[in-house]
Amino acid sequence: MEKTQPKYLKLSGLEPLIITPESNFINVGERTNVAGSKKFLRLIKDRKFEEALTVAREQVENGAQIIDINMDDGLIDGKEAMVKFLNLVIAEPDISRVPIMIDSSKWEIIEAGLQVVQGKCVVNSISLKEGEAEFIHHAKLIKRYGAAVIVMAFDETGQADNYDRRIEIASRSYDILVNQVKFAPEDIIFDLNIFPVATGMDEHRKNAIDFIEATRWVRENLPHVSVSGGVSNVSFSFRGNDPVREAMHSVFLYHAIQAGMNMGIVNPAMLEVYDDIPKDLLDRVEDVMFDRREDATERLLDFAETVIGKSKESKIDLSWREEPLQSRITRALVKGIDEFILEDIEEARQKADKPIEVIEGNLMIGMNVVGDLFGSGKMFLPQVVKSARVMKKAVAYLLPYIEEEKLKNPQAGDSKNAGKVLMATVKGDVHDIGKNIVGVVLACNNYEIIDLGVMVPPEKIIAVAKEENVDAIGLSGLITPSLDEMVFLAKEMQRQNFKVPLLIGGATTSKAHTAVKIDPEYECAVVHINDASRAVTVVGDLLKRETGGSYKENLKRDYDTFRKDFLKRQRVKTYLSLSEARRNRFQIDWNTSEIVKPKQLGVQVIKDFDLNLLVYYIDWTPFFRSWELHGRYPDILKDEIIGEQASELFEDAKKMLQKIISEKLLNARAVFGIFEANTINDDDILSKVPNSKSQIPNPIFRTLRQQSKKAEGKPNIALADFIAPKESEIQDYIGCFCVSTGFGTQQLASKYEKEHDDYNSIMVKALSDRLAEAFAEYLHKKVRTEYWGYASEEKLSNEDLISEKYKGIRPAPGYPACPDHLEKLTIWEILKVKENIGVELTESLAMWPASSVSGYYFANPQARYFGLGKIKEDQIEDFAKRKNMDIEEATNWLKTNLAD
Amino acid sequence: MNKIQQALQNRILILDGAMGTMLQRYKFSEEDFRAERFKDFHKSVKGNNDLLSITQPQAIAEIHSKYFAAGADIVETNTFSSTTIAMADYDMQDLVYELNYESAKIAKKVADEFTAKEPHKPRFVAGAIGPTNKTASMSPDVNDPGFRAISFEQLRVAYKQQAEALIDGGVDLLLVETIFDTLNAKAALFAIDEIKEERNLEIPIMISGTITDASGRTLSGQTAEAFLISISHIPLLSVGFNCALGAKQLTPHLEVIASRTNLAVSAYPNAGLPNAFGEYDESPAQMAEQVKEYLDKQLVNIIGGCCGTTPEHIKAIAEIASQYKPRPVFQSENSTV
Repeated sequence: MEKTQPKYLKLSGLEPLIITPESNFINVGERTNVAGSKKFLRLIKDRKFEEALTVAREQVENGAQIIDINMDDGLIDGKEAMVKFLNLVIAEPDISRVPIMIDSSKWEIIEAGLQVVQGKCVVNSISLKEGEAEFIHHAKLIKRYGAAVIVMAFDETGQADNYDRRIEIASRSYDILVNQVKFAPEDIIFDLNIFPVATGMDEHRKNAIDFIEATRWVRENLPHVSVSGGVSNVSFSFRGNDPVREAMHSVFLYHAIQAGMNMGIVNPAMLEVYDDIPKDLLDRVEDVMFDRREDATERLLDFAETVIGKSKESKIDLSWREEPLQSRITRALVKGIDEFILEDIEEARQKADKPIEVIEGNLMIGMNVVGDLFGSGKMFLPQVVKSARVMKKAVAYLLPYIEEEKLKNPQAGDSKNAGKVLMATVKGDVHDIGKNIVGVVLACNNYEIIDLGVMVPPEKIIAVAKEENVDAIGLSGLITPSLDEMVFLAKEMQRQNFKVPLLIGGATTSKAHTAVKIDPEYECAVVHINDASRAVTVVGDLLKRETGGSYKENLKRDYDTFRKDFLKRQRVKTYLSLSEARRNRFQIDWNTSEIVKPKQLGVQVIKDFDLNLLVYYIDWTPFFRSWELHGRYPDILKDEIIGEQASELFEDAKKMLQKIISEKLLNARAVFGIFEANTINDDDILSKVPNSKSQIPNPIFRTLRQQSKKAEGKPNIALADFIAPKESEIQDYIGCFCVSTGFGTQQLASKYEKEHDDYNSIMVKALSDRLAEAFAEYLHKKVRTEYWGYASEEKLSNEDLISEKYKGIRPAPGYPACPDHLEKLTIWEILKVKENIGVELTESLAMWPASSVSGYYFANPQARYFGLGKIKEDQIEDFAKRKNMDIEEATNWLKTNLAD
Repeated sequence: MNKIQQALQNRILILDGAMGTMLQRYKFSEEDFRAERFKDFHKSVKGNNDLLSITQPQAIAEIHSKYFAAGADIVETNTFSSTTIAMADYDMQDLVYELNYESAKIAKKVADEFTAKEPHKPRFVAGAIGPTNKTASMSPDVNDPGFRAISFEQLRVAYKQQAEALIDGGVDLLLVETIFDTLNAKAALFAIDEIKEERNLEIPIMISGTITDASGRTLSGQTAEAFLISISHIPLLSVGFNCALGAKQLTPHLEVIASRTNLAVSAYPNAGLPNAFGEYDESPAQMAEQVKEYLDKQLVNIIGGCCGTTPEHIKAIAEIASQYKPRPVFQSENSTV
């Protein structure tokens, strides 16, 4: 009787929104979601709420019928931000006319949101994840607050990932809501989990069809409900290829809507008109969606490549081959085409009197064009590195002829290069991507580069510099102890009366550190360069005979002024004493805090891990950054200025990645362990290694505590705060890990270097670093969901992982939360890292191979990332005492964190 | 089905008229408001009409009695401002329970007397729950639109206290009225729903919003339909509008509601729009003429008067309403639990 009567989902802002079978698909705007919009996140973090409102307003103006608001971010007080933003939204009638979707994984944020909105909202979301009791409790409250609800297909055992599970969870949820809670069935919206297809993994083949069929079943069997979902997930594996993604979204929606999906999050800009999809693409997309062919994924991938290529290389125009010799050489260098270079160089050699003239003439003319374009921002780093590859090939080809010429005519002398530059990554440090890039770019500009590689001891740098009579020395480093190495070298160069400029670069270096700590130690020029494009101009100006002197003087003055300003600007920060800071620790209520006993305690080793599984977890943004292309992936691929370059680089990266994976060129290994642990004596974490062969069955992790005076109510955090103290008599746990994908990197990179292919050498290293990070991400997820299992039902996309939406943290020694590298020694000892997987520590405690990541696991839901900031001498003293080392040594290690 | 639901099936129910307008006729002085009990109270209490349920209970009973005699089926308790929030103006937050309890007692006693005399026409008491004098979804400070003078939680607590006292005093139903901010009403509904669960009792709820001007929206900006959707999650006896407008101006908004709900629809407009002196001067006959339009269009199930209306107005309305059949009411899907 009643069941035959239609019931519609009715929502309201200032105006009503009633969803009937005649309604078009309801589009939910998600730009006001900190997880979905970097811009919005930044605005909220910077507390620019007024500007954040314009994001909301634009969405409504652009046709969003509901706006999803999410403030789940580790660095935001989500509840406060939600309430504040909603209150402002409510005051704007042109925004608040539409209903609001209150989106959070935290119930307290949802409830706070429900308490400030007069209209009928949608809660996003609840599920059976934490069991029936909590589900019922939340549903009752949502009903009482007068909101509709999105129910995720998730239960105690995990997320529904096939047809049967979706149906099982949906019908169970429905039954509880309608019959027990008396929730209005029309106010229930199921999110049946849209997962990616065409990932290359067999278990993902049915992701789309299972969703669509489950949607059909739900709409037919669970009266009055709606079905929603985030559509862009389905095409996740084609990130970067918008034509294919757009087609996938349209095809998916076309069928999902027919099956009964009536609302969802869709980016209207990422949608192709179904009828406009070319027939061949449509067929291949539908093959994938419906899992119609064994090779559906491969066929779509093949097609995807043609679509990506199409826009750029529609016609391979070889007409330039008809042009004069110099234009051909210049073009080959500018475009990085090595196909015809040897042919052209041979022609040039025959025309020239001496082979050296080809380098000094033809090639330098071309490279000057490259240099000008790069200098004026019209070429980008990856292109320049490709140019260098062509250049190096040409030079390698000419070398035997030059040698021959030298024998014939010893007076001819060496080539007139622009200068000799020694480059080295300092002792104890292993990172060289940036250094190699600068080297390549300088080499392109006719500098002779003497690259001493990584972990170079200072004596060797000094000796080679003298021996080779170099014109400049470039030092690189990534980890904090390297900063001291650089200071040491500057002192040494001063002592030995060097007169050549010192260049400083690498991730931890800065103009401030260079000006304050290095420059005063050395009378000659010291320059901080963190950008390959600047390296050429700076080195050029330094070495130019006419202007070099005055340039050096200016540089010295500049650094002097900078140093004085910097020291003046240093705000006098107030610090707490260590005991005061400890009193203001981060408080967790251990009686109610959720502590999950790990499923497996002890140490585990993973060897020869399948790299394929890591591809999904790669965070590409830093990859582009390492090539000095700045922007967030995947938007960077469409960037107006660098988009084309980025896409090309990305294509090359994918090819290389494919090669690495299919030929098993890199080897991935991991070791990790989870142990019983409790905090003792405020800042130490005492853990227990079962059946330990190690010297220390009860290792103690020493953590450092923030000491700068905080705003009222803000704690002084140490990692130890995230573990239950011994006195609480609650058993807590800690984990630690080391992963590496760097076995094979050096060999592969060297192989390319031998072929004069710096482009691919750098590519290999950059990818290997990304894979290591991806492995760390992957392993953390496995630990959360399986090995430890404290978040066994989490469901996060890679984007979520990148934005650190997961529960618990994995801070790494040497990084902001625990800048103390010494902790790595403890980790190495308990996990037997070296014995188990072969990753070693250098004297500066850098990991070798370089593409490795290590850290701790903290599982507490309240654990969060933070920066230690500066600490005071009292903590260093205390720390030294705890570690049983002398104060001087402790000070040495923690120097960069010591407040002046 | 309880008695009032039964009655709704059979006829159009008549709600009473204004309490304030009637009290003005008594011309109570400060001393009258205070009576013996509050003679030394530190603050002026004149104008605190709700206090009269304690200090002049006879007058309140008399007014209820006049409305019942004029034909009303339901009278509202004299508790429009009896929340801790509204009583803060008089520093009388501590009296809230007593005010509500006594007001309910007075009205219930009069109602029982009438029901005893005319058993075929049972009389009902609606516990009046006003909007308070603060808004949960608007800022009182134009320069700080994100500011709120009151929270949902504060409202919930205050409403809960009022509703519990009214129920203890014996009201037959609760009337959340003159809603200018839907969020305030949602807090009241939240509180009432909690009470129902905690006490395992059923009590009918009437909801009455206020459309403040010709734009057809509530003060907090919602259209009539958005308002309806926003309060439909709790089982209700009726939904409708009161105050602010006269019967004529209210018609289009009642039409919106009546065409979109299966619940009973209520309306108790003012006696026209205020004149130049701020008085409501529509005569009983004029008002009855306007109300006739509601009846012809079958828009309402419950009808009465708000500001400016008197027993004479109610008598005129009751007479004309008695000639009409009520708007058909479906068993609301929400009203069975």
